[in-house]
Amino acid sequence: MGLARRIIPCLDVDDGRVVKGVKFVDIRDAGDPVEIARRYDRAGADEITFLDIGASHEERDTLVSMVEAVAGAVFIPLTVGGGIRSVADVRRMLNAGADKVAINTAAIRDPSLVAEAAERFGSQCIVVAVDAKRSGGTADDPRWEIFTHGGRQPTGIDALDWGEQMADAGAGELLVTSMDRDGTRQGFDNALNRALSKRVGVPLIASGGVGNLHDLVDGVLEGHADAVLAASIFHFGEYTIAQAKACMADAGIEVRQ
Amino acid sequence: MTIAVIDYGMGNLRSVARALTHVGARDVVVTDDPAQVTAAERVVFPGQGAVRDCMSALHRHELIDGLTQAIAERPFLGICMGMQALMTRSEENQGVEALGHFAGRVRHFRALTGDKTGIKIPHMGWNQVTQSAQHPLWQGIADGERFYFVHSYFVEPQAQAIVMGTSDYGGQFAAAIGADNVFATQFHPEKSQQPGLRLLENFLSWDGNGCS
Repeated sequence: MGLARRIIPCLDVDDGRVVKGVKFVDIRDAGDPVEIARRYDRAGADEITFLDIGASHEERDTLVSMVEAVAGAVFIPLTVGGGIRSVADVRRMLNAGADKVAINTAAIRDPSLVAEAAERFGSQCIVVAVDAKRSGGTADDPRWEIFTHGGRQPTGIDALDWGEQMADAGAGELLVTSMDRDGTRQGFDNALNRALSKRVGVPLIASGGVGNLHDLVDGVLEGHADAVLAASIFHFGEYTIAQAKACMADAGIEVRQ
Repeated sequence: MTIAVIDYGMGNLRSVARALTHVGARDVVVTDDPAQVTAAERVVFPGQGAVRDCMSALHRHELIDGLTQAIAERPFLGICMGMQALMTRSEENQGVEALGHFAGRVRHFRALTGDKTGIKIPHMGWNQVTQSAQHPLWQGIADGERFYFVHSYFVEPQAQAIVMGTSDYGGQFAAAIGADNVFATQFHPEKSQQPGLRLLENFLSWDGNGCS
């Protein structure tokens, strides 16, 4: 026995409220991030991730207040991402109570941001979000490219090279989202995760495409992910965290129960 | 009863104060003021990040004396970096002298795991802690319970007698150490849900005697 694979529910936030809806069995979607986070905490989630999909500076302040409120109610690790552009942004989120901060587009614009943030706050709290899409290569030897703007804008950067570069710069973890699979419910891109996991020595969170509990299992067994992130399958009450863990345990995966 | 949570400007220290308040602490101060540390009845020394920054921040805030005094005489809880800083020396940042309360060094995980493949660093997530000794801080916590870890370096004490708990990640390492009025954990009790909160609650009622 040893380290457990983690299950991380992910919540989209806009203007300090959880959007797209979260429906627990006994409450209607209230959009209240504190209440939702507390529910997941009690339900056995191993971490919680909030991704801010808003963009304005006013919303940043709202996000800081939200993180403060959530951090006061939850006793598991909390990751916050979306729109983090500077070392000052990272500091604000950590001071508000985030345990980790996910950096995405800003790292592509300025790769030194990751190194600076890791140097200042430690690698353990710097997550780099890798949004990748299949691009070129062959079915047997696929290539993936980093995309920005929700998968619309190519960067010409090879995803595996990028992941390695970010880990070398000090990222403590990679949050890998397949832009091909995101929202499709067809499962993770396990070939992508496996290739990155083999190449990069820091933990990898698989994201994008979960449609059922077996996708989580495959994410670990085939994709070699250290943690699996999912949104809709948990939010809409299709499956509980406990069911997900039971399914993973049945497949021989070590989980915290 | 005042509990001082040492704030030396590194990372998310307030979550420790929040968790202590949640389990019933009334008077928690998050502080970098040496006088408040000296006046507190209990001291919690949390932290994450790099040991060089940690030690230089402690020097800059003139916290070394107050800390050393607290370590010598009052119930003291070190968390993560706060555990590593209790040792003689860390190999991080090309070698840094630490507080030296316990003899031993802090080493990178690769020294433990060697070339084993598939061992990701940092060691991040929920791992089991085997209790190596009875201690009031383990009260009500099952042996083998999982706690949340996130670290790239581990503590290698000279004396096995101070090891209070171990975990396994490519090899066995000290997850908790302690002696007399000092207890320290590599994991984060403030991020470890029920068992972590229980450990913090135990700390609040602990009289500072190591034997149970």
